Amino acid sequence: MEHSYFFIAMIYLAAAVVFIPIARKLGLGSVLGYLLAGMVIGPSLLGFIGQEGQDIMHFAEFGVVMMLFLIGLELEPSLLWNMRAPILGLGGLQVLITTAVITGCALLLGQPLNVSLAIGMTLSLSSTAIVLQSLKEKGILSSAAGQSAFSVLLFQDIAVIPMLAIFPLLAGTSTTHSNGHSLRDNLPAWMQTFVVLGAVVVIIVAGRYLIKPLLRIVARARVRELFTAFALLLVVSISVLMSVVGLSPALGAFLGGVVLANSEYRHELESDVEPFKGLLLGLFFMAVGASIDFKLILSMPWVILGLVIALMALKSIILLVLGRIFRISIEQNLLFGMSLSQVGEFAFVLLSFTFQYNILPQGTVSILTAVVAISMAITPLLMMLYERLIQPRFNVTDKNTREPDEIHLQEKHPVIIAGFGRFGNIVGRFLRVNGIRATILDLDTDRVDTLQNLGVKVYYGDASRQDLLEAAGAMDAKIIIVAMDTVEQTLEVVKVVRKHFPHLQMLVKAENIPDTYELMDLGVLHIYRETLDTSLRMGADALNMLGVRAYHAHRIAGTFRKQEEKALKGLSAIRNDKKLYINTVKERIEELEKLMANDKITRWNSPAQGWDESSLINEANGEQ
Amino acid sequence: MSKILILFAHPALEKSRVQSQLLAALRGLQGVTLHDLYEVYPDLNIDVRHEQSLLLQHDIILFQHPFYWYSAPAIVKQWQDLVLEHGWAYGSSGTALRGKRMGNVITAGGPETTYSKEGWHHHTIADFLLPFEQTAILCNMQYIPPFTIYGTHRLTPSLIQEQAVAYRQMLEQLRDEQTRI
Repeated sequence: MEHSYFFIAMIYLAAAVVFIPIARKLGLGSVLGYLLAGMVIGPSLLGFIGQEGQDIMHFAEFGVVMMLFLIGLELEPSLLWNMRAPILGLGGLQVLITTAVITGCALLLGQPLNVSLAIGMTLSLSSTAIVLQSLKEKGILSSAAGQSAFSVLLFQDIAVIPMLAIFPLLAGTSTTHSNGHSLRDNLPAWMQTFVVLGAVVVIIVAGRYLIKPLLRIVARARVRELFTAFALLLVVSISVLMSVVGLSPALGAFLGGVVLANSEYRHELESDVEPFKGLLLGLFFMAVGASIDFKLILSMPWVILGLVIALMALKSIILLVLGRIFRISIEQNLLFGMSLSQVGEFAFVLLSFTFQYNILPQGTVSILTAVVAISMAITPLLMMLYERLIQPRFNVTDKNTREPDEIHLQEKHPVIIAGFGRFGNIVGRFLRVNGIRATILDLDTDRVDTLQNLGVKVYYGDASRQDLLEAAGAMDAKIIIVAMDTVEQTLEVVKVVRKHFPHLQMLVKAENIPDTYELMDLGVLHIYRETLDTSLRMGADALNMLGVRAYHAHRIAGTFRKQEEKALKGLSAIRNDKKLYINTVKERIEELEKLMANDKITRWNSPAQGWDESSLINEANGEQ
Repeated sequence: MSKILILFAHPALEKSRVQSQLLAALRGLQGVTLHDLYEVYPDLNIDVRHEQSLLLQHDIILFQHPFYWYSAPAIVKQWQDLVLEHGWAYGSSGTALRGKRMGNVITAGGPETTYSKEGWHHHTIADFLLPFEQTAILCNMQYIPPFTIYGTHRLTPSLIQEQAVAYRQMLEQLRDEQTRI
């Protein structure tokens, strides 16, 4: 079937737009929605897309690379270091034991050793894309099970490197269709190690000393798409570098992300890459769905179904035993075992290798490919079952034994400060000395740099972007302080917050009266006119210098401020009627002047009456 | 010669007839420091360390204020609550004020006769000032009986002047005497 690119793009996008809302509405999660969409538009059912689905899958695998880059961004190096035990222990044991057991099973089924080992290694891996995306979507990536699953997946990404090296050795005959793209292949073993280590060092050093200054320059250009382009370039470059030296691009991107996790541009990078990652992952899931060959499955349903069940059960049992050893609580362990029971996307690559290297015959590869795809498609269903059936029991019976989140991928601050100029700066410092931590977003690159040099943690980014606010923790924050440099920016931020984060209390800086009116129209309750308090303080000091008692000046300034704010509220309603507005303003001014001039100012300044003894004196003298 | 600190509290001095004259009378008096609380702390945000160091530099502390609702204006209470810290002014290790003397200088609207058991207010000024007296005792200080100007509502300017002169003399005597009054 030959279609234009646009037609294919239309099919994929339409399928996503139709299926995802339905899947979410049914509580299936977006991963399952994409998989279903892929099945429906794939060659087996509607046939909108044909064999090109395979190519699209390879292309869309880049989404996994991006996802790991993003996960790396949220993981500071120290946190990664803290996870070394689960990564090496749990991950290492999972890969080794699963490979051994599956190899043994294949041997028992009469396969030769090299074939068995190839199958064992291939099927020991799990799907980073499906697991992490599902866990993230359910918000349980930071739970004990989520962290353990993440550790295992990370180790699997590392384990792919030696696997790729071993595969050519497993080939019975020397291969004609070799896959030797990698620079490493023609080098002696010690050089290969050297190249691999070199690539890792390059990423770390470049991330520190090259990327950070480059990001600054790009950000200063103030062309938004340029930053996006740079972010993509970064991820693509890492992938290219990794492919050249024969490493996993996902692993490289993850490393790159970790190196940049401390950067002030973290949130900006995150929100720029995020949509691409989402689309590509969606595409990837659809391609996986489309690759399920229903004809093959229908021709031997019991074999394939049996293989899927046996494989997933086996992998789960190994994971459960490991989880038990690593002291994960029962409830979390079940989730852990279930979530990693499928075979990963990398199996598709390894399976095509096994074919290229003549390790496996075409028939076996097809069956295994179907098994892998089905196991991936079942995983979101399993997680849903876990959520619906298993988790509620534990919540009811032993709520208190639920383990707390072990590692927080991101610090959560109760306050977000949008705009860290003269105004936000003071608010931020004031909160800070009172022990309140705030996530600070600012749009001025030079200012961000200066503050960074002073050791203040400020993130460069536009707070009027929903994704960026979300990355800054708007979901968990309580308060947002909006103190942008211009009115337009302020209004944008307020609108976005009102729409997407209605739970956030907004404290908004206004420059003048028209701004205040606009903010009132938007329903903002806490508006702070930039100059009001300062000018009144100045006025009070002037009065004081002219001989008015400081306390009286202080009180009268406070009363003036309250009066002013009250008047504004009244005027806001009628400000579009010019004539009425002007008349009312005139009246208000006269009223105020009258109050000030009148000896009975005390009545306006009513609490002061208590100290006014004139009536007492009159009474006392009248008694005489 | 003792050093006297006058902690002055009047929220509306601009309306005062007697207190303003008392202030004028003590102007230029050697060894007497006037500390105008409402003027220094219009927001009632009292600088505790500064107040404590002032106290340490003086031997006699006088609260000078109009008699509002049988007590002092609000800032005096705020001052007491914040400055007279446990462990500093009182308590087992609170000995900073030991040996100092404390008292009140009061202007009251009603005549002296109303401040008696039989009078309008049923108690004497000294009775009403019991919290100040006990505060002084708790802070290891000696309480000086109050200097009171009664009947301020009916005082004529010349009578006010007389009282102001008397006040100045009282301060000089307090400053120069060797022992207790």
